[in-house]
Amino acid sequence: MPGVQTPGSSHVRPLPAMIGSVRQALSVARKDLAIELRTKESLNAAGAFAIAILLLLSFVFDVTSEETRNIAGGLLWLVFAFAGALVFNRGFARELPNECLDALLASPLSRASLLIGKAIANLAMLLVVEFVSLIVFGIFYDIRWWLHPGELAAAFVLATWGISVVGAVFGALTVNLRLRELMLPVIIYPLLIPLLIAAIEITNLLFSAQPSQADQLLWGRLLIVFDVVFTALALLLADTILIT
Amino acid sequence: MREKIAIGLAIAAAGLLAYDLYQIFLVLPDEAMQGAIYRIIFFHVPAAITGMIGYFVALTLSVLYLSSGKLRWDSLAASVVEVSVIFSVVNIVTGSIWARVIWGIWWTWDYRLTSALVCVLIFSGYLMMRRAIDEPTQRARLSSALCIFGCVDVVIVWKSIEWFRNNHPGPVLSIRTGGGTIDPAMERMIYFNLIALLLMAAALVLVRTRQEATAREIDSLRRLANAA
Repeated sequence: MPGVQTPGSSHVRPLPAMIGSVRQALSVARKDLAIELRTKESLNAAGAFAIAILLLLSFVFDVTSEETRNIAGGLLWLVFAFAGALVFNRGFARELPNECLDALLASPLSRASLLIGKAIANLAMLLVVEFVSLIVFGIFYDIRWWLHPGELAAAFVLATWGISVVGAVFGALTVNLRLRELMLPVIIYPLLIPLLIAAIEITNLLFSAQPSQADQLLWGRLLIVFDVVFTALALLLADTILIT
Repeated sequence: MREKIAIGLAIAAAGLLAYDLYQIFLVLPDEAMQGAIYRIIFFHVPAAITGMIGYFVALTLSVLYLSSGKLRWDSLAASVVEVSVIFSVVNIVTGSIWARVIWGIWWTWDYRLTSALVCVLIFSGYLMMRRAIDEPTQRARLSSALCIFGCVDVVIVWKSIEWFRNNHPGPVLSIRTGGGTIDPAMERMIYFNLIALLLMAAALVLVRTRQEATAREIDSLRRLANAA
């Protein structure tokens, strides 16, 4: 691994060491994505789940009504949040067989890099699920989601990064619990509420023809604050969260 | 010693509560617009403040545990969270009763109500997670991390839902408004009841901490027996 450091160190590092940590995180993400591309266990499950929920939603309300456009953001982000839990559950759980997690923790890899690497892998997988769901959603519900592609992509990346970091942190916290699959959603959904509110609001705005700039800025700022605060907390508490 | 302090706190809380109840129900008049139901504010606001203080005390205790590694900070944090969740539930239930009488509905998705509910959900998750971990050191480390994330999130939740929607009555205490929104006698009673509830919370935390310590002792004895 590049940028070798003492395991568990979390001090402020000079720039070259920081670049080393980023490389370590990217190596972890590459490893996770390579495993996922071979097995496709999380992507298939999350994608199939998302599309099934989008289909079921068509029975809940009249899909042709104008109201659908007003609640489109809410529907999409609920689907993404639920699909995300399937991805996060696998993130650290796939390291349990053959004591892979213990090996990773004993390696020269810093724990902050391991956590951020897992978050990057979560981000990539969730963005794929979101992109596929968005296309299916546009077809099923006649939503023109391509009106503001740049802003929509930025909002999706910001919101998904927040979900991914929280998912990685709590995936790590719950990995050794008896009731892992039950505990993860119970813990992460209340924590994600501010992020989901901002993501829903900004997505609804960007599905309309002339979204308000002021509202976009307001909700965009909330997404950035959430991302910065939770990423910083994840880095600070990485040594506490990741224990053998 | 700890038991004597708990009993002392409980007696002080009971005495002050008895005085407060006498003042609230027999001395203070009905409010001009709301009638008798306004009295719920004497329990609703102090319960909310007690719960909130508790969460931030738990945050401090969790940081103390992570920096010192002493399990007694973790036991104390868990006890404080448990008691705070109860006070938050009291806050939500009393608020709902008031809303039913004044607004005609039990619940509205206002920012304060929603924030209070989110607090209860986050810290219920904390209590549930503790039950799912057997090993005390692991439980303490993971709970402390969750408590820190939870407390930080509560601040962001509060702000985000305030931007999202707001139809809750505005602040009434003069430390927030500068005065003029509530009769001084009524405001004094809110503070008196806050002190009573804080004393009660402290007594409950001491009792709960004692139970946590006993549970830890039993657990270590069981492990010792299993190892033998």
